[in-house]
Amino acid sequence: MKDRATPGRAMLGRAVPVLIVLAAWEAATRLGLVSPAMLPPFSTVLVALGGLVADGDLWRNLLASGPRSLAGFAAAVVVGTVLGGGMALSTGFRSVVNPVVQVFYPLPKSALIPLLLVWFGLGDTSKAVLVFLGCLLPVVLSTYNGIAGVDHVLVWSARSMGASRLAIVRDVLLPAASPAILTGIRTAIAFMFLLMVSSELVIATNGLGYLIGSLGDAGSYPAMFAVILTVTALGYAADRGFLALSRHWLRWRE
Amino acid sequence: MWRIAGSLSAAVVLVLTWLAAGRWELVDPFLLPPLPDVLGRLAEDARGGDFATNAGLTFYRTVLGFAIACAIGIPLGIMVARGRWLRWFMEPLISIGFPMPKIAFLPVFILWFGLYDVSKVVMVAFAAVFTVIAAAEAGMRGVDKFLVWSARSMGVGPLALFWDVLLPAAMPQIFTGLQIALPTALITTVAAEMLMGGSGLGGAMLQSGRFADSVGVYAGIVETAAVGVVVVAAMAQLRQWLLRWHPEFARR
Repeated sequence: MKDRATPGRAMLGRAVPVLIVLAAWEAATRLGLVSPAMLPPFSTVLVALGGLVADGDLWRNLLASGPRSLAGFAAAVVVGTVLGGGMALSTGFRSVVNPVVQVFYPLPKSALIPLLLVWFGLGDTSKAVLVFLGCLLPVVLSTYNGIAGVDHVLVWSARSMGASRLAIVRDVLLPAASPAILTGIRTAIAFMFLLMVSSELVIATNGLGYLIGSLGDAGSYPAMFAVILTVTALGYAADRGFLALSRHWLRWRE
Repeated sequence: MWRIAGSLSAAVVLVLTWLAAGRWELVDPFLLPPLPDVLGRLAEDARGGDFATNAGLTFYRTVLGFAIACAIGIPLGIMVARGRWLRWFMEPLISIGFPMPKIAFLPVFILWFGLYDVSKVVMVAFAAVFTVIAAAEAGMRGVDKFLVWSARSMGVGPLALFWDVLLPAAMPQIFTGLQIALPTALITTVAAEMLMGGSGLGGAMLQSGRFADSVGVYAGIVETAAVGVVVVAAMAQLRQWLLRWHPEFARR
């Protein structure tokens, strides 16, 4: 008999491999296969995580990282959709913006960290701008490709039924391009976490990346692993949450 | 024609603005050093061999890490696509690893592999490998069933099926993944160099930033962008050559 897995049970099934890895980690360190100086046991890391939560370090740095990263990300989504849409709709606009995109596309965004340090200093702004710049391109490109790839028949039929240009953009092009746009935003979420952590590791006085770096420098490795696991869990939760949200938004497509 | 004119005009406007800003000091020259100064520094770096050394180191770390990621990721992705149990085990791990900010593991790799090149290369490989695995798996799973069935019905053995049908059919998508993974590898290399020093373009740039040498920072960005352009263009060329049999390039 094949019973259909409920979503809850499917989630549980997906957790088993992760638990196996964590158990293997614990066993390897407890049995002395790996030196605890190199890899603290998972249980020790959990205890350290409890300590970080209890003394407020984790929360304080999360509050430092979160708002500035989300601000950069949100700005990138808005500006990126507009730029990408403009590129798809207007040849003139595209010919102006495209060279800039082409120049910035292959530039490793982490190379901008020292420049933003010079421009905006050590504070929140430099990190928010870096996240904005890094998240912008995936959104621009996916919006452009999404709208440019919309079936012309859809546009023609809307036009023949007397839809205005605005109505075509709002009711035809954007919905038809939304899967591509959402995919771009999902990429941008991963970029947000990457740039947040790397900029904070390099130049910061607070934030989760800074916490990882300073704990590592101080030799408190269990706590460092605890923050790394926290960041990983946050990235995973954001990715899965966004995926579930986009499925919900796109349910009309079925 | 129009497109070329448009692209050129944007570049010309950008350069002219930069020149004007430097000439009449519209922007604090510390924030935006005059273009001639930056060009002078670029020439200096190129002549003195700094550029060759730093770009060479960055390039070597990027390519070696990327090659390791491919050597592990492509076979693993293919096995995950073909084997049910391996897929059950690996899929949740990949879905965690994929959106993870891999650079957060840099202090761990420093702890394990020391401060020199090994930890940087491992970091780069780790950052790129999840994209490669996911692309190889998706490419393998996306192969048209009818292709496989018709090959089988014509009596193709499992080994030939893999080398002559599955792998070529999955190639375009695998390569797309590699084209995403390579810039990731370069980003990671630059970030790792900034964090750990040890020369390379990232290390040199952060050094300039710390000494408030903004000309050096701009020169470093141009140099890094140049390496980025070369790497991205080389991958596109390689794709065209490897997939020259594919309909994707047939019309050119």
